[in-house]
Amino acid sequence: MLKITNLQKTFNAGTINEKKALTGVELVINPGDFITVIGGNGAGKSTLLNLIAGVYLPDAGSIILDGIDVTKQPEYKRAAMLGRVFQDPMLGTAGNMGIEENLAMAYRRGKTRGLGWGILNEERKYYKEQLAMLDLGLENRLTSKVRLLSGGQRQALTLLMATLKKPKLLLLDEHTAALDPKTAAKVLQITEQIVNENNLTTLMITHNMKDAIRLGNRLIMMHEGKIVYDISGEEKKSLHVSDLLQKFETVTSGEFANDRMLLS
Amino acid sequence: MLGGILAAMPGAVAQGLLWGVMALGVYVTFKVLDYADLTVDSSICTGGAVSAVLILKGMNPLLTLVFSILAGMATGAITGFLHTKLKIPPILSGILTQLGLYSVNMRIMGKSNLSLNSNKLSQPTVISLGNVNQSILISVVFVAAVIGVLYWFFGTELGSAVRATGNNSHMVRALGVNTNSMIILGLILSNGLVGLAGGLLAQFQGYADINMGRGAIVIGLASVIIGEVIFGVRFNFAYQLGSIVCGAIIYYIIIAVVLQCGLQTTDLKLFSAVIVALALSLPLFKNKMLKHKKAVVAEKE
Ligand SMILES: Nc1ncnc2c1ncn2[C@@H]1O[C@H](COP(=O)(O)OP(=O)(O)OP(=O)(O)O)[C@@H](O)[C@H]1O
Ligand SMILES: [Mg+2]
Repeated sequence: MLKITNLQKTFNAGTINEKKALTGVELVINPGDFITVIGGNGAGKSTLLNLIAGVYLPDAGSIILDGIDVTKQPEYKRAAMLGRVFQDPMLGTAGNMGIEENLAMAYRRGKTRGLGWGILNEERKYYKEQLAMLDLGLENRLTSKVRLLSGGQRQALTLLMATLKKPKLLLLDEHTAALDPKTAAKVLQITEQIVNENNLTTLMITHNMKDAIRLGNRLIMMHEGKIVYDISGEEKKSLHVSDLLQKFETVTSGEFANDRMLLS
Repeated sequence: MLGGILAAMPGAVAQGLLWGVMALGVYVTFKVLDYADLTVDSSICTGGAVSAVLILKGMNPLLTLVFSILAGMATGAITGFLHTKLKIPPILSGILTQLGLYSVNMRIMGKSNLSLNSNKLSQPTVISLGNVNQSILISVVFVAAVIGVLYWFFGTELGSAVRATGNNSHMVRALGVNTNSMIILGLILSNGLVGLAGGLLAQFQGYADINMGRGAIVIGLASVIIGEVIFGVRFNFAYQLGSIVCGAIIYYIIIAVVLQCGLQTTDLKLFSAVIVALALSLPLFKNKMLKHKKAVVAEKE
């Protein structure tokens, strides 16, 4: 499904701000995998997702997505295969456009855009059905501008947009981190529902270790630009937060005692 | 004086309609794409120059406008190339094209002013100062056609992608659209309209002049802002486009009035700059007033 070999990325190379974000990531994702990704601040989690999505190009290594070498492909091209939800609820939707307009654009992900109408009438019914499944009352507000929605509603909408046209791989970067706990739980529940119903291959970054253990069939931990822990199946199911903390202690030798992860 | 103002009205309305076409072009970049494009100060002259030269060569005046549009589009494409491919910041890209076009426009015209003296032309121009009322009617047709085309285009898949690019390019790329192409497309569309406005304007006033576009961006912005402030951002897209043209007409009516009040034509640039500066800072004043009101209310309580 996805094969990443020796992926490396250094930001601002050769300057005093040089930052080695990825230092040789090896990862093979199998079809149907739902992987949760944890790791301290600056471990390289977002960078990994951004490289997969093509926001930046890597310095070395390769990314093979569904048999296609996308290592150097521009972001907009590989978007045909990817669904993405960002940490910032503002990033995933166009606030000045209506809910249905946003959905219509997402529905055409990967398709060449022409001079046909931006939204066809028969699509609206489908969008209504899909929105109704979110259970947020958005199905009656098809033409409302997205900027009028709350952060949680926008994030749920982005999630729907990312999966409206089934992606080969769904990338979620702390997509509930900016939400209050109740809304975050709701969006996470919608995530679970959508991923399970469509059997989507998913990579989800989270800072919540309980969520990381509870969701998905596989868990990876990153540290200093590498994957330091990769666990799946029964072994993962029987995992406890304390196990993860201990694992953290060993890889970081205690230096991250104040890390945000330990608090959650 | 009142008589003078009234007599100046038809001319002002006609000017407003023509500059309204150019203001629609500015709207496409400034509001839809969120790109402050300064190419327009020169591309309007390019449109005028192309039309004037072709008319003098004997081409049908209406047909010359097609070439004005194409020439304008080409200038937009250059600015788009500078910005998206060479990574030059938006404002600077526009300024570079604008500057370079000065020489190009001089080359096209051969001199700084080309007169379209109606006595010497084989066919009358599409619109002219000689028949202002008829010119107004014809300009209304042009404006309506442009609004119709824009309304249609921004409803298409491609047009939606251009709109979304101005709103959230991050999302648009994630949805598989090449945002650089959308920016270039928007600039082409915008400057095509500006080129058309230039061609019409040259025919209306009876000459093309190397300086005819100086400060055009300011007039465009003034029209967009006046239209928004007076008519509000409501109803559908066609209403908003219409309100911009009305904004341009109001702008030229104001200009006609202040000219009758004794201002010199050379004072107009300062006047326009002040109007636009005021209009652009309007949101700031509104906020301050709101805060002040709230503070007063809070004090009373
Ligand atoms: N665009 C960028 N330019 C420069 N440095 C960057 C950039 N993006 C990330 N970095 C640096 O690369 C390192 C890895 O960042 P990354 O965002 O991948 O971490 P992360 O694991 O997602 O952390 P967090 O949990 O805080 O989101 C950090 O030190 C960060 O400062
Ligand atoms: Mg991150």
